[in-house]
Amino acid sequence: MEDASSLTDGLPQSPASSLVSLERITKRFGDLLANDAVDLAIGPGEIHALLGENGAGKSTLVKILYGLIEPTEGEIRWKGDIVALDGPMAARALGIGMVFQHFSLFDNLSVIENVAVALSADITLDTIARRIRELADTFDLALDLDRPVWTLSAGERQRIEIVRCLLQDPDLLILDEPTSVLTPQEAEDLFGTLQRLAARGCAILYISHRLEEVRRHCHRATVLRAGRVVATLDPSTVSARHLAGLMVGAEIGDVKPAPAHAMGIERLVVTSLSLRSEEPHGIDLRDVALTVRGGEIVGIAGVAGNGQSELFAALSGERLCGDRAILLDGEPVGHCDITARRERGGAFVPEERLGHGSVPSHRLGENTLLSLHGTSGFVSGGLIHPGLARRWAARIVKTFDVRKEGADPRAETLSGGNLQKFVVGREILRDPAVLVVNQPTWGVDAGAATTLRQALIDLAAKGSAVVVISQDLDELFEIADRIAVIHAGELTAAEPTSRLSREAVGLAMAGAREHTGESGKVERGATHAH
Amino acid sequence: MTIFEAILLTIVTASTPLLLAALGELVVERAGVLNLGVEGMMVMGAACGFAGAVTFDSTLAGILCGILAGMVLALVFAIAVLGLAVNQVAAGLALTILGLGLSGLIGQPFVGAQREVIAHLSLPVLSDLPVVGRLVFGEDAFVYISLAATATVAWFLARSRAGLTLRAVGENHGSAHALGLPVLKTRLLAILFGGAMAGLAGVYLSLVYTRFWSPGMTAGRGWIAVALVVFAGWRPGVLLIGAYLFGAATVLQLHAQAAGFGLPSQALAALPYLATIVALVLLSLGRKGASVAPGSLGQPFAPDR
Repeated sequence: MEDASSLTDGLPQSPASSLVSLERITKRFGDLLANDAVDLAIGPGEIHALLGENGAGKSTLVKILYGLIEPTEGEIRWKGDIVALDGPMAARALGIGMVFQHFSLFDNLSVIENVAVALSADITLDTIARRIRELADTFDLALDLDRPVWTLSAGERQRIEIVRCLLQDPDLLILDEPTSVLTPQEAEDLFGTLQRLAARGCAILYISHRLEEVRRHCHRATVLRAGRVVATLDPSTVSARHLAGLMVGAEIGDVKPAPAHAMGIERLVVTSLSLRSEEPHGIDLRDVALTVRGGEIVGIAGVAGNGQSELFAALSGERLCGDRAILLDGEPVGHCDITARRERGGAFVPEERLGHGSVPSHRLGENTLLSLHGTSGFVSGGLIHPGLARRWAARIVKTFDVRKEGADPRAETLSGGNLQKFVVGREILRDPAVLVVNQPTWGVDAGAATTLRQALIDLAAKGSAVVVISQDLDELFEIADRIAVIHAGELTAAEPTSRLSREAVGLAMAGAREHTGESGKVERGATHAH
Repeated sequence: MTIFEAILLTIVTASTPLLLAALGELVVERAGVLNLGVEGMMVMGAACGFAGAVTFDSTLAGILCGILAGMVLALVFAIAVLGLAVNQVAAGLALTILGLGLSGLIGQPFVGAQREVIAHLSLPVLSDLPVVGRLVFGEDAFVYISLAATATVAWFLARSRAGLTLRAVGENHGSAHALGLPVLKTRLLAILFGGAMAGLAGVYLSLVYTRFWSPGMTAGRGWIAVALVVFAGWRPGVLLIGAYLFGAATVLQLHAQAAGFGLPSQALAALPYLATIVALVLLSLGRKGASVAPGSLGQPFAPDR
């Protein structure tokens, strides 16, 4: 690990002064080496970032530190002593708290019950309520104690998790991708809280792939790649691109903007689209309007769970709506199912690539049929022409640089990035009039993300209308010509990206009718107990 | 005693075993486990309870034997679904089949035996009041136990910390485990409680309701109990109403058949089911999202370590 030591410039890791140090932690799952002799030390009051691509071993490492997974080799020192963590209870007893990426909350329990369930039974609910209110004052974490969790926003849910950890007075707080579900303002609030905590001496281990955040707020960063530490450094001294390069192990290319081209005719027109959700906790679409011209990429920003999946289902024809609510190249298609919309030039890429965008156990050739069966001529008289489908799959693979094992592997054997390239490529190669894609680069490595974004830009430049639904604001600001924001099933008018600020988009993501108080904190009106 | 009074009294006897068994299943399901073996545990309780009572010539011994039989069967189920993480539906169905078969074997020597009526509460003056006297102050111990158990379970789930742990485990076992809650232990205790209650319900059938043993005498009451839990939206209070509603409809349709209404008897026999479903659906209307199935219901749980 020569490169690691050379990059650990001027930041000596002395275990003596560390609060916690992981020493040569190795974890094997069968043949997979998830962590390979990882060293990590965190001092009191330090905000330490743990960076890495998906599958680099970040989650495994923190699960080991939280006692959820047992390491194959290596030891953990807590305040200098070797400790054995045989479960989350042991970790919490030491003073380690963890805020999970997918919240470990109970939807049908109230806020205070969610907190109480993690605490010792001798503490009464009244005491808990009092201590939550104290914390809320100190760290600006307002919570309405009696509401059931399923009625709360992601930011509020995260506050419960944090409060639950803080009540146990931790010396180390682990946060796994804490800002991925937050609006930019909610993320700023979170950092304010974290800095106040660090100032009191609490160490924070912060897992993220949002490099700008890490550069602004973290004191030190450890970068993992393929289970090994490749660098430990002060992130504020290097560029985000340098960090990304360390994570991927190669230089990251830039997305080339499209050459100047005129906007074409209106290819997708949505007017007064209202649709009740069929899910018990789903979001109803309310009077959505959207116009996308040929040659244009329109981004739809929003915090997860604000109607994105419902909007995608309505646009793609997975759910039907009023006939004239959706016009595709001037033709009403609201009553048409997804195949009929594809025949008129529509193409749709759902959020979940494995299971929705592809059949995991089917080969790539067979998977081309999923969206092309009606339009490609692969099927005639009820019979499939497997040769044609395989050749089409091979074309997708070649055009979009899909890396795979074997001639025609099963979809589930591809990595996330490569499968996403295949699923998006399958639609792009049809030269669609309109492409609607939901979360195009979610959970995809940086290299594949660049390829995918470039492919969307190139498609638009050729005259297609492209709708990108994404929670990644950086992505939308990079590729979209205009951005609209979806909040609670309502869509704002799309504004040219050049005239928008992140703050404005972030506010709209939190709901346009809400106002900002001092310190940029988003108030939710009557929903908090004050 | 008027006929009206007699009908009310039989309604209570018809409802009590349903309430007991369903209450146990409610706790099991709130802990996230679907035990479809209620029928099997109940019929085992009936057989072993009757066998115990006859053998030791003691109602109390019978009750203990019945409860124990239900718990032993529940333990078998717990080993399968908690220890080996097998499919809960399959394990529950197997348990019912096992219980029906085994109870026939155990009860064989006792076919034809008869027990005398067990003691009813008797208070001076109060039990002799017209109409309400026998109904409120003259029931057998099982009735009072079932009502007290309903209140206790309701309090336990809503107010106690152990109940909170149980609800959390049923709501999301992954999160509960990550927080360090004892998922498997909680579920084991819940399943054993369910077994005990089903066993007690069975004892009631053979020692109070009929006072003899016949194979398969539960006649689907275990399944009704499972259905009541779902229709009651996993709430003890509503469950009480549901159980009594079903009991009332069953008794009334028998009287209707005897009175010779114009309806075919099969249609009348279906009435309790229809009435219960309609009533419980009406009760759960307008509470959208407020009370839904426990999030982890029926899913096997195998911790990482």
